[in-house]
Amino acid sequence: MATAVLETGERETYLNREYGIQSWLLTVDHKRIALLYLMGITFFFFIGGFFALLIRLELLTPAGDLVQADTYNKLFTMHGQIMVFFFLIPSVPAVLGNFLIPIMIGAKDLAFPRINLLSWYLYMIAGVMMLYTILNGGVDTGWTFYTPLSTEFLKTNVVTAALAVFVAGFSSIFTGLNFIVTIHRMRAPGMTWNRLPLFVWAHYATSLIQVLGTPVLAISLVLVALERVLHLGIFNPALGGDPLLFQHLFWFYSHPAVYIMILPGMGIVSEIVCCFSRKRIFGYKAMAMALLGIAVVGFLVWAHHMFVAGISLYAALIFSLLSYFVAVPSAIKVFNWTATMYKGSITYQTPMLYAFGFVGLFTMGGLTGLFLASLGVDVHVTDTYFVIAHFHYIMVGGMVMAYLGGMHFWWPKISGRMYPEAWGRLAALLVFVGFNLTFFPQFVLGYMGMPRRYWDYSHSPEFQILNVLSTAGATILAVGYLLPMVYFLWSMRYGKPAPDNPWNAAGLEWMIPSPPSTYNFEEQPVVSWEAYNYDEIKEEVPVAN
Amino acid sequence: MSEHISSITLYVSIWIALLIGTGLTVFAATIDLGPFNPIVALAIATTKAVLVVLFFMHVKYTHEKLTKLVIVAAIFFFLILIALSMADYTTRLWT
Amino acid sequence: MQTSPAATVPGEAHENLALLHHFATPEQQKDAASLGMWIFLVTEVMFFGGMFCAYLIYRYWYFGDFAAASSSIDLTLGTINTAVLICSSLTVAMAVRCAQVGKQKSIVVYLILTIILGVAFLGIKGLEYKQKFDENHVPGQASFHLAGHVPRHPDLPVNQQHAQIYFSLYFAMTGMHALHMIIGVGLFSYLAYKAWKGLYGPGYYTPLENGGLYWHFVDIVWIYLFPLLYLIDRHP
Repeated sequence: MATAVLETGERETYLNREYGIQSWLLTVDHKRIALLYLMGITFFFFIGGFFALLIRLELLTPAGDLVQADTYNKLFTMHGQIMVFFFLIPSVPAVLGNFLIPIMIGAKDLAFPRINLLSWYLYMIAGVMMLYTILNGGVDTGWTFYTPLSTEFLKTNVVTAALAVFVAGFSSIFTGLNFIVTIHRMRAPGMTWNRLPLFVWAHYATSLIQVLGTPVLAISLVLVALERVLHLGIFNPALGGDPLLFQHLFWFYSHPAVYIMILPGMGIVSEIVCCFSRKRIFGYKAMAMALLGIAVVGFLVWAHHMFVAGISLYAALIFSLLSYFVAVPSAIKVFNWTATMYKGSITYQTPMLYAFGFVGLFTMGGLTGLFLASLGVDVHVTDTYFVIAHFHYIMVGGMVMAYLGGMHFWWPKISGRMYPEAWGRLAALLVFVGFNLTFFPQFVLGYMGMPRRYWDYSHSPEFQILNVLSTAGATILAVGYLLPMVYFLWSMRYGKPAPDNPWNAAGLEWMIPSPPSTYNFEEQPVVSWEAYNYDEIKEEVPVAN
Repeated sequence: MSEHISSITLYVSIWIALLIGTGLTVFAATIDLGPFNPIVALAIATTKAVLVVLFFMHVKYTHEKLTKLVIVAAIFFFLILIALSMADYTTRLWT
Repeated sequence: MQTSPAATVPGEAHENLALLHHFATPEQQKDAASLGMWIFLVTEVMFFGGMFCAYLIYRYWYFGDFAAASSSIDLTLGTINTAVLICSSLTVAMAVRCAQVGKQKSIVVYLILTIILGVAFLGIKGLEYKQKFDENHVPGQASFHLAGHVPRHPDLPVNQQHAQIYFSLYFAMTGMHALHMIIGVGLFSYLAYKAWKGLYGPGYYTPLENGGLYWHFVDIVWIYLFPLLYLIDRHP
């Protein structure tokens, strides 16, 4: 089969095959669906970021003088809900996972392309429901929907917010289901499990969590909605219910959810580190098993979010111990990335800058998780800015940097254009500096005792200087995030056309044109090489354009 | 799934077994077995479920090991939810 | 259910009728559909699992009140419904078998029987719900009152709040189960129509098989709901 050519003489790609809004809204091409998601994800990232900006502006001064207390509650709630459910959870799987997994395994599409499109529609419907919630006055339960506040006492749009998250959850479940079946059933001949890129392994592990955990969130939100509307007492202590039951059910999902957020990022980092060190990954099997280990052990630790909520001391001891265990596979990964880089032939293109950032910042975030797993320390720092700093180091310093690194790494493949490397590096630097300035002071603030979700800290004006630093950092971070938006869009028109393999990277996706044609491969590939065969690839990474 | 075709006799036998199990569980509930009442009820229910899974859902005859792994995984994570939650509730009042 | 005809491999007649373009072989497509349904059932296990978890915790806490509430729901209707659902599992298994052996007319018959039994289940459930409404056993209502006392403890009247929690879970769990039954009935109606059109046979019956898996799962949920809700403490 020859390369398909259009009537205009251009090579057929998934972008130029068909034009018109219907061809996008009714597409079943995993690559187009990935781009549809990209638009939604980016939109919600900036909405969530906008709420963060307002929070940081309020916290510039100790007094609550920018917004009212109830409004502040809405700001942090919606920042959390949007960032978690509409950005972090879907971002890498729905954009990069959707685009790359079929190609990386040598398939033409996912196992269930129409369910893939359904997932996107569910995400968009959920997004509209969330926008409605915001425009109709918002919700102020905290992203965690704790009862009985959410079921009994608040007058805000709890039910619509809960249902929006419910629908988004099903988008996530179907994506996970699709990926699991795809990876099991659609691998090309010769693409054995042990030859899969770690990006694919990471999404497999992520999908296991999505499929096993999200339904429990779904039922908890259904019960919250029922309780609120019908005045039941399942979670209401005044009616014999237990608020902790909600927390158990909620965190049974929401802890593994943080691994849904981070595992795909780890997959991206493995791809980038190998390419820009020109080396095979150190300890491939250990890396793959560590991904599965994180997924499984991640289900055993949820009540560490409830240490001071009223669970029994004995349960707390068990969960504390298990929480220490879950750090082990993550640590293995950090060691192995480092070992991969050791004696590698390292170059510092933008994706690699983000990968470095990930490894360092994720490690810091992860180590502070161990502080929190310790019962004694947790009593002191829980519900303070220490926790906020901890999870932002992992989610923003880790996950968002991995996402940006992945977007830069695969942008040439997705769009057929190179982004401007100098701007890429500048943005990465701004993100790194801005991030650390924003969140490092928060570790100190938390340790000093500044509680989270407080709109006014005038009882402790000594917190102000660190808050000012944090807000300054957030401004720099915002610039760092806006830049890629601008130059990625710029590159679609003015960027240098990308070759098939601009990085001389290993992997099936680099053996097809940029951008790919609709069915990915002219002929089904037959794989006979191991993953990350950089010892066989003689070329170096081309010098920055 | 498998291409194995079960006989009508097999299906009807399982059906009868399930109905007997239903009758049995109702009967057992009317006798005082002390702490064993819930255990007997769950044992009968589990037996019925196993029959449905193995024979009506053809898992006994499948060549696909993955199906069995998937079922085990579902049961495992469900039990984790129950067990670790109950670990809290049963020990709350311990001093 | 992937039944839209796409590019067919020349020379292999009706067996590849439904081969979708992104699959290499019909076997791959069938295996993918099957695995997809099993994984969907995993999500359903966890979905219902959350409610079973809530149930177990409150049964542990409020055993006496749960027992009293459990004794107030209609055991006869519940037992009949269990039998109805078991029969419907038989009929759907038979429907799949008919496809396997090529008895295409019989597929439709068995599917319709399954639908009838499913609707019967829902009807009986509706009766039970009506009973609860009439007896003021609906939680969250000011008029809620469960008369009586904890079994074998005439000195312990039923705690109304705890009883309402039982009924909250009763309605939530059986309601969610009934919703799944309704979806199943709708699904089988669609499959019955396709079967009547002659779409299924020994070479292709994947949607029937997968629909059957879904239905058997819903049956299994009820197999556990029945003793847990109806039979907490029925002995003297």
